[in-house]
Amino acid sequence: MTDTSTREPRHFARMFVLWLVVAGVADALFYTLAGPHVPPGTMTTSAKDNQFDFNVLLVIALPVLIAVWIYMGYAIVMWRSTRKGVAEPVGGAVARGNKGVQFAWIASTSTIVMGLFVFGTVALINGAGSGGGEGPNPVWSPNSKAPLQVQVIGQQWKFTYRYPSFGGFETTQLILPNNTTIEFHVTSLDVTHDFWAYQLGVKADANPQLDNVAYTTTRETGSVTVRCDELCGIWHGAMYNYGRVISPAAFEAWATATQRASVANTKLLPPYALTYVPDANGADGGLYPTNVDPYSASEVYGAKVAAS
Amino acid sequence: MSLRGRLATALALFLAVVGLALWVVFGFITPTTPTTDFTSAQPAGSPVNLTIQAVGAIGFGPHPTWVSYLVKTPAGKWIQSTIWKLPAHTKVNLTIMQYDSGSPLRNQIWGQVAGTQGGTELLNGKPISFYNSYGGNGVGHTFAVPAIGLVVPLVGVPSSAPNICGTAPCTPNYAHNVIKVSFTTPSAGSYSWQCFVPCGLGTLYGNGGPMGALGYMGGFLDVTA
Amino acid sequence: MSVIDAVPVTDSEPTEDYVNLGVFGRLTHRRGWLSQHLGTAVIGFVLGYLLGHWLGNVVAGGYSYVQNSGQNNVADTGGLLLGVLGWLFGAGALNYPIAKMMGREPAEERFDPSWTRYFRYTADHKVVGLQYIFSVLTFLFTGGLLAMAIRTELLSPTSHAFGPGTYIAIVSEHGTVMMMMATSIVVGPFGNWLVPLMIGARRTAFPRVEAFSFWTFTAGYLVIMSALFYGGFPTGWTGYAPLQTQAGAGMMSYLVGFAVIGMGMMAAGFNLAVTIVTCRAPGLTWGRLPIFVWSVLATAALLTLATPTLVAGGFLGILDRTAQTAFYVNEHGGSSYLWQNLFWFFGHPEVYIMALPGFGIVAEMLPVFTRKPLFAYKVAAAGMLGVALLSFFVWQHHLFQSGINPDMRPLFMLTTELISIPTGFIYLVGLGTLYKAKIRFEIPMLFALALFFNFLIGGVTGVFLSDVPVNVQVHGSFFVLAHFHYTIMGGLVFAFFGGIYYWFPKMTGKMMNKTLGKIHFWMMFIFFNLTFFPMFIIGLLGQPRRVFEYAQNLQTLNDIASVSAFFLGASFVVFVANFVWSIFINPVAAPPNPWDSLGLEWQTPSPVPYYNFERIPVIMADPYHYSEPNAPQLADLGVGSDRTDEKVEVGK
Repeated sequence: MTDTSTREPRHFARMFVLWLVVAGVADALFYTLAGPHVPPGTMTTSAKDNQFDFNVLLVIALPVLIAVWIYMGYAIVMWRSTRKGVAEPVGGAVARGNKGVQFAWIASTSTIVMGLFVFGTVALINGAGSGGGEGPNPVWSPNSKAPLQVQVIGQQWKFTYRYPSFGGFETTQLILPNNTTIEFHVTSLDVTHDFWAYQLGVKADANPQLDNVAYTTTRETGSVTVRCDELCGIWHGAMYNYGRVISPAAFEAWATATQRASVANTKLLPPYALTYVPDANGADGGLYPTNVDPYSASEVYGAKVAAS
Repeated sequence: MSLRGRLATALALFLAVVGLALWVVFGFITPTTPTTDFTSAQPAGSPVNLTIQAVGAIGFGPHPTWVSYLVKTPAGKWIQSTIWKLPAHTKVNLTIMQYDSGSPLRNQIWGQVAGTQGGTELLNGKPISFYNSYGGNGVGHTFAVPAIGLVVPLVGVPSSAPNICGTAPCTPNYAHNVIKVSFTTPSAGSYSWQCFVPCGLGTLYGNGGPMGALGYMGGFLDVTA
Repeated sequence: MSVIDAVPVTDSEPTEDYVNLGVFGRLTHRRGWLSQHLGTAVIGFVLGYLLGHWLGNVVAGGYSYVQNSGQNNVADTGGLLLGVLGWLFGAGALNYPIAKMMGREPAEERFDPSWTRYFRYTADHKVVGLQYIFSVLTFLFTGGLLAMAIRTELLSPTSHAFGPGTYIAIVSEHGTVMMMMATSIVVGPFGNWLVPLMIGARRTAFPRVEAFSFWTFTAGYLVIMSALFYGGFPTGWTGYAPLQTQAGAGMMSYLVGFAVIGMGMMAAGFNLAVTIVTCRAPGLTWGRLPIFVWSVLATAALLTLATPTLVAGGFLGILDRTAQTAFYVNEHGGSSYLWQNLFWFFGHPEVYIMALPGFGIVAEMLPVFTRKPLFAYKVAAAGMLGVALLSFFVWQHHLFQSGINPDMRPLFMLTTELISIPTGFIYLVGLGTLYKAKIRFEIPMLFALALFFNFLIGGVTGVFLSDVPVNVQVHGSFFVLAHFHYTIMGGLVFAFFGGIYYWFPKMTGKMMNKTLGKIHFWMMFIFFNLTFFPMFIIGLLGQPRRVFEYAQNLQTLNDIASVSAFFLGASFVVFVANFVWSIFINPVAAPPNPWDSLGLEWQTPSPVPYYNFERIPVIMADPYHYSEPNAPQLADLGVGSDRTDEKVEVGK
């Protein structure tokens, strides 16, 4: 105890060894034990890629977190004023900065950041937008000759789905075939919603009058949770449904059966389009006068019965 | 002031602030639509008879111009309540008195009857499985429970009818349609129901006002075991 | 150079006829309860509201949408705007311009020794600072109570304490009140109170603007709280259009409220930026500026430059709802993206408005409690300015899935990740200062260390959010919610409370109770982490923000968060008890410099006279010469200082 003042311990060497051990163990434990279970799982390519991205980021983040925690813990223990024999601090120029340390800090954080940027961009491009909504003109799309087009229509407060390759029927169920590239076209009939198909690793805002395209390719069958992820009013919290990824044959059977069952109603729907122009005034007498261009209720609906 | 006096003053002020906060909470934040209990109106297991009406203007309360649903309590009184306590796994015979006029649907899929016994509804005694909202009298409202896939379009009364009811509760003397469906309640839980017709007049997309407030065009089926 | 070069030396209490030579500037002012004060401001608000509401009904009562919906947005807007005007009129904010317009030269404001000055419109920066403390605490506790309500609802996945509309209203009100509070929580109280003292000035550059910023801030509180009486608004604090355009009357409180608060933010930021640039004492070069002042300068720049976008965006929203324009309605030629861009162009600089002052506070406290100079001072200052600059180039990372400009995503990913470099400088500074220090764990230091712990988690998860592929999964979920609570509450609010414990003796001349302070800190630190850490997992497991129903399997985690949140709320009760106890009930006089700080603010007499410095000090060194045997003297405070008997010792 008395010789602490004479022989300065090698603080950084101690912390470095501790860090190496703790960070190595933490990374290894996370990557092997928790990593494969990190949401959203591996049901689609985008889910799997995004899970991998998350894991890589966490493997980089854990050593950073642990480095700071070890340093702070070490400082709190070793350099607390109440510890016996703690040395008087030294002020002056030595304590005001250290070019080497500052340079090393800036260089290392910049390297990590630039590395993350390159990694994220590569993942985004290789992942064909990573399942995120790319707007009406996607810049990244998967190499698939015939993706299955599924339209997602958000409205207060329910998602419905249209399948243009099956006569454009509309349904409240999201059923998808396995091992297929899906091209989601997300739009809204009223306010902004957000289509979040959790297990699919797909998320895209639903804006009125806008077509938001997102891609993914299914890899496994199973159940899918769809939630609205953009606050859309009173029933936002109740705006969810469950879908399924099923075998292509079962999907074909379901789609043709549904197409047949809903043929009468499909005839009444507007023809399949990437966006719709429903009446922004609701049941007549809305916020805006109905005779204002560019909107014309009668053009959209034909002969119209006035509401109460 | 003595220490005791200051302490007492501080406590009194603290209590006053808490009291004010509680007054705001109970006076302005929590009031909500009352719950109507249908679990004990009939012997266990036998079907529940649920009668509701949709009116064009509630005529009373803070928003007299808003459209609203009303429910007939087991005692036979019409009240404005949209949270209904129902027994689980039980057949519900739902009768809807529709006093409001209709309009085209924002999305015609809600013209498709779904989730009912037989996939149909009885419109004034005639079974239909879907209704073309762009023709006829349009659809006034829908009664829909998204979580169990129940959709019941309520066909509107002609807006030219001479005796449209303007103030709730309406009596059958006014122009109306009677819609009857049966469905089975799911397992215990709280299931939201809403209308899918943009009937909130004067608001963008017609989904504000009564559509965005509990107690008018939306509520819960409070299903208990 | 200071605005005022000399003031007569006085050693007595100011007398009734004392003219204080422009320390506060000119204000017409009467004394006594018959004059203007908080009470008349409230009366002004009520009368203004009634007048505006009546006018609105006259103007727009016949609009078809008003008759259909039974909701007159024009009347509500008019009521709120004239209410705010009435508030300012009642408080006396308009006396000066009215007198000028009537051709009269307003009189000097005089120092008012009575406690009633805290309820008045005054240009005294120390009074305004304390007024701000009480009002940001009011904001904070109101928002906190709403947070308790949110966590009560989320105790159960399906059964409900509130209706869904009420729940959304509570969530929205909580977010908005907290964001409004957080924009001013440090700049308002500490910026106004401390900056003139730290830079050796007698007042801020524009004392009337400073007073105006406070009274608009408080008017904003009334306006945003009025939403509850209108039935709330359903959009959350982000106010996304077109839901904004559809919402009920409470939305007007949000739009008008943010506009009013925005005026106050711009006024406060502008005033402080000019003060720091122009009112520094001789010798206070940029290299000697206390680091807290640097952080206020960076924040003030953001407040001044970012807020106009919000006010303009709110103005368009008000027009959409009253004059039936369609800026945000796609069907009528507008764009819902317009609001998102305007809002986040303000909103992202704003989150740095909520981070930088916190960094400034802890960086200011670290040298005091480690007895070491601040490590890498220049890097710290550069980092704050760098964050301020970069924060204008990151806003579209909020719109990664919105469908806008997919080709811009890598760019915004880059800028967002770049901003973590200057943000990380605060860690270089903090860790470097701790090195071989002699750390005293006083309560302010505990809060400072807690900031480093919390903000690290908040900052690192921010990098996750900036990564577009990971963002697809976590955008809009509880992961985001946990992230920004870790940065804003774990960072800024912790720093704010550290700052209160640290500067309380200077501001009030009294000491806070240490035992209660320690209980407060540990409760707040432990339960803050227990409340918000589970939310990262909740978000990863798929729970979106602002929902009243969630998956059954998330109940345990949500319940942990809820129960911890209640204890977190209780920790603030401990704080209030301590605060009230130490000020009003059982005050203990504080020594003039309880923490042995070298900061200029601690070299002034206690309590600080209204003119701050009898002579404008001449600054000779930066305030961080700790543990330096031959340190230069900090400042020449001039003859006649109350402390000439006690040499300002530097280097102890």
